[in-house]
Formats: sequence, structure tokens, C-alpha cells
Amino acid sequence: MIDVCNLSKAFGNHLVLDGINERIEKGEKVVVVGPSGSGKSTFLRCLNLLEQPTGGEIIFEGQNITDPKTNINLLRRKMGMVFQQFNLFPHLSVKKNITLAPVTLGLCSQREADEKAMTLLERISLVDKAEAYPRQLSGGQQQRIAIVRALAMNPEVMLFDEPTSALDPEMVGEVLEVMRELARDGMTMVVVTHEMGFAREAATRVLFMDEGQIKEQAPPDQFFSSPQHPRLKEFLHKVL
Amino acid sequence: MMKFLYGIWDAFYYSFLEADRWKFYLVGLKNTLFMAGVACVIGVAIGMVLAILKVSIQASPAVRPRGTSFLGWWLIRLGGWFANLYTTVIRGTPVLVQLLILYFGVFKTAPKEYALLVAGLSFGINSGAYVCEIIRAGIQSVEKGQTEAGRSLGLNSRQTMRLVVLPQAIKNILPTLFNEFITLLKETSVAGYIALTDLTRAGDVVRSRVWNITPLIISGLIYLILVILLTKLQGVLERRLGASDRRL
Ligand SMILES: Nc1ncnc2c1ncn2[C@@H]1O[C@H](COP(=O)(O)OP(=O)(O)OP(=O)(O)O)[C@@H](O)[C@H]1O
Ligand SMILES: [Mg+2]
Repeated sequence: MIDVCNLSKAFGNHLVLDGINERIEKGEKVVVVGPSGSGKSTFLRCLNLLEQPTGGEIIFEGQNITDPKTNINLLRRKMGMVFQQFNLFPHLSVKKNITLAPVTLGLCSQREADEKAMTLLERISLVDKAEAYPRQLSGGQQQRIAIVRALAMNPEVMLFDEPTSALDPEMVGEVLEVMRELARDGMTMVVVTHEMGFAREAATRVLFMDEGQIKEQAPPDQFFSSPQHPRLKEFLHKVL
Repeated sequence: MMKFLYGIWDAFYYSFLEADRWKFYLVGLKNTLFMAGVACVIGVAIGMVLAILKVSIQASPAVRPRGTSFLGWWLIRLGGWFANLYTTVIRGTPVLVQLLILYFGVFKTAPKEYALLVAGLSFGINSGAYVCEIIRAGIQSVEKGQTEAGRSLGLNSRQTMRLVVLPQAIKNILPTLFNEFITLLKETSVAGYIALTDLTRAGDVVRSRVWNITPLIISGLIYLILVILLTKLQGVLERRLGASDRRL
């Protein structure tokens, strides 16, 4: 589904991604872990071109998204993204947050979008917050809404950049639960996270990123039980 | 006490009512409002265009990405440079100097009846530089994550600007923009230098007839009332925009 060929990204002289090759299949749940500053977010943000790669190619469903002739707006509709800071639109109600993109892009009428929004809110048990504004909600509620806002576009892949890192500990669980459910429903997911528990249960594959490279990857049980690369051993030793 | 009040009434009478002098202030008020109105429209128009140019250049990468249009990239660069030059020059020189150059230089052959329009244009050109900075700062005060969220949902950059960024930016823009309007209104008082009868000039002409400062106080009071009205309008607009903030 997503083919990454020799992807590199530099900020000025600072090489952050250093020749990444990766292939993500439909239905996979890929979890990316690694030390701070290793380039995890940059990698994820290159996948939907929030960062412009400085080298290499990314092919999404047969289309080269790094080709300037590709309409990136059309491709982004199929790639949902969830941010560490939620990034809900504070001037819009919860329901409007969810319906803004589908309605603006002419994918459905406001009424259809409203109905869909209510169904999605039901899934995360937040129907009663439909008319509330983001600032009135807890971090966990906001992040769950950010997830369904992305889902309202019917994406084919969901990208998560540390979705629980900005949350109070007691709210981490509710967000992870929504993500687990999404994984069970067969969504293709790429998740950058420090939640090793989530990686263990939900991932089909775990990538270890360090110094702009994917230094090791394996299914979760093998990844955690028999790490090979010394940097990964060191990393796991620190976080587990 | 009575004597004091009578004194005030007397001063007011001679400075305002006698010989229909109030008509003089009225002409001044009309001219001041005309200049300020013209300047406001021109200033906001110029300011919006310049702000778009400045925001575009700051959003565009410093090095042209492979394969993107050569012309488009250079146009953005040129526009940004022009906007920077404009705000630097206009904010770096006094509004009076600009007015005199425009009136005695650029428009020196224009008929006298157009003097008011030239003054309005001059103040508008000046105000545009400030409005540009106000709008730019307002747009950039909206977190980058908002734009990223909009774009990640598939909205294009214009839709994101219109539906996500601007509605939030306007709350930051409005108070400073009204501040600029208030400054602009009072700045039109330098129009007296090109022999226009604005509110200040009207007061000064009456002063030279009655030989006291009461006419200037009257002019000042009229400015004050105008500013208070503007501030009230600002309050009303801000309360309307504050809907999502009040529901905390
Ligand atoms: N816009 C930018 N401009 C310059 N440098 C950047 C930019 N974004 C990221 N970097 C640098 O790139 C490197 C990798 O950043 P990135 O955010 O991808 O790391 P990360 O693995 O996500 O780290 P964390 O776990 O802290 O989120 C860091 O050294 C960072 O300082
Ligand atoms: Mg990160």
C-alpha cells in the first residue's frame, strides 16, 4: 500500500532521515519506536507530505506522492492523521470539526455528514458532546474526537504521531482503546508511540528508528524478546 | 458657580454658535471622516494583499523543491520582497512627509478638488503597511498545527486559510485593527498642511477669530466622541466573535 524508497530528509545541513526503505501492506499495524529526535515524526509526516522529503520516493497505492504533478490534496483524503496536540479546530463545535472536511470537499451533504458524525461519536460514547466546543473537553475526549474526525474521511490508512503523549495518565487508556478497536476493524495503521504495551498487543510489526534509519524491525514478540541491534537493546533497557 | 457655568456657555457660544461657526466644524468633520473612510478602505485592501504576500513567502521553502514551477516560486519571492520593502519604507518615514510628496509631487497637476482624495489615498497607503503587519501577525498567531490538521484532512491551502486559520486569526486581528483605525482617524489632522479644512484645521481657524483655545477643545471633543463610538463598535464585534470562547 505504501512503498518508501530511499527516503531522506534534511533540515538545512541536519540529515534527519537517512535513506529509509520500507513497505507497508494493507491491514498492517506498524508501530514505530525509537529515542527522541531519531526522526520518527519526520518519517510519519513525510508519508502525507506535511514534510517535503529532500530525497527518495514514496508510492501510495501506485501513485508517487513526491511527484510534484500528483494532487496531494486528493491523496491526503485517504490518509488520516492524528497529532500529539489533537489540533481540533477550537472555533468549531465537535460536530462541525468532524463534518468540515467531508462537506467542504463535496463528498456528502451536511445532513449526511451530520448523521455520520453522530454514528462516529456513538462509537466513542461522546454523542452528548456533539455541540460542545473543544476547549470544554478533556484531553482524552479531544483526542478521541480527533481520531473520528480523521475517520469521517473514510481513510485507507491512519497515521498517529504520539497520540497519547500529551495526555494525563488516566486518559491514555481510553484513547488506546479506540485505537485497538480500529486495529481490530482492519484499519491500516502507522503509529509512533512510546506505549510499548500497545506495540506488544496491537502491532503486526515494530520498527526501531535511530539516527534517521530503521535499525531493526520484527513482529512484536520477537522485537521485545530477542532484540539484535545493540542500540535497540539499550533503548528497550531504558524504556521497559 | 453660576459665573463659571456662564463663562463656559459664553466661550462655547462665541466659538460654536456665533456667526454660524458650527458649520465650519461640520465641514471639518465631514472632511476628516471622508479622508479616514477612504484611507481605511484603501489601507485594509493594501494590507490584506501585502499580508498574503508576506505569509506566502514565509510558508514557501527557501530552496525551490525539485520539479515545482520555477515562475511560481520566483513570483512568490518577488511578492514577498516587495511587501517587505513597502512596509519598511512606509513605516520608516513620517506620514506627513508621505502626504507632502504625494500632494506636491506625484499629484501636483491634479485639480484642487481632488486634494481630499489625494490625502485619503496617502493615509491609506500609510495605513496599509500597518494593517499588513496586523493581519500577518494575526494569521501567524494561529498555531501551525491548525493548518496541518486542515491540510491532513485533504483541504487545500485556501480552504484551510478560509475555514480554519482566518476565523481564529480574526479574533487577534480585530482589536489591533481598531487601534489602527483610531490612530488613522486622528492622523488625518496633518491634512491641514496641504490647506485642507479637516476637523483640526477648522478648530484652528475659529481659534484665530475668537482668540482663545475653546475651538480647539471643541475639535478635540469631537475626535473623542468619534473614538468612543469606534471603541463601542469594536466591543460589539468582539462579543459576536467570542462565541466559542464564552462557552468555556
Ligand atoms: N522543522 C524542523 N526544522 C529543523 N529541524 C527539525 C524540524 N523538525 C524536526 N527537526 C529535527 O529533526 C530531528 C528529528 O525530529 P523528529 O521530530 O522527527 O524526532 P522524533 O523521533 O519524532 O522525536 P520525539 O520522540 O522527540 O518526538 C530532531 O533533531 C529535530 O530537532
Ligand atoms: Mg516526534
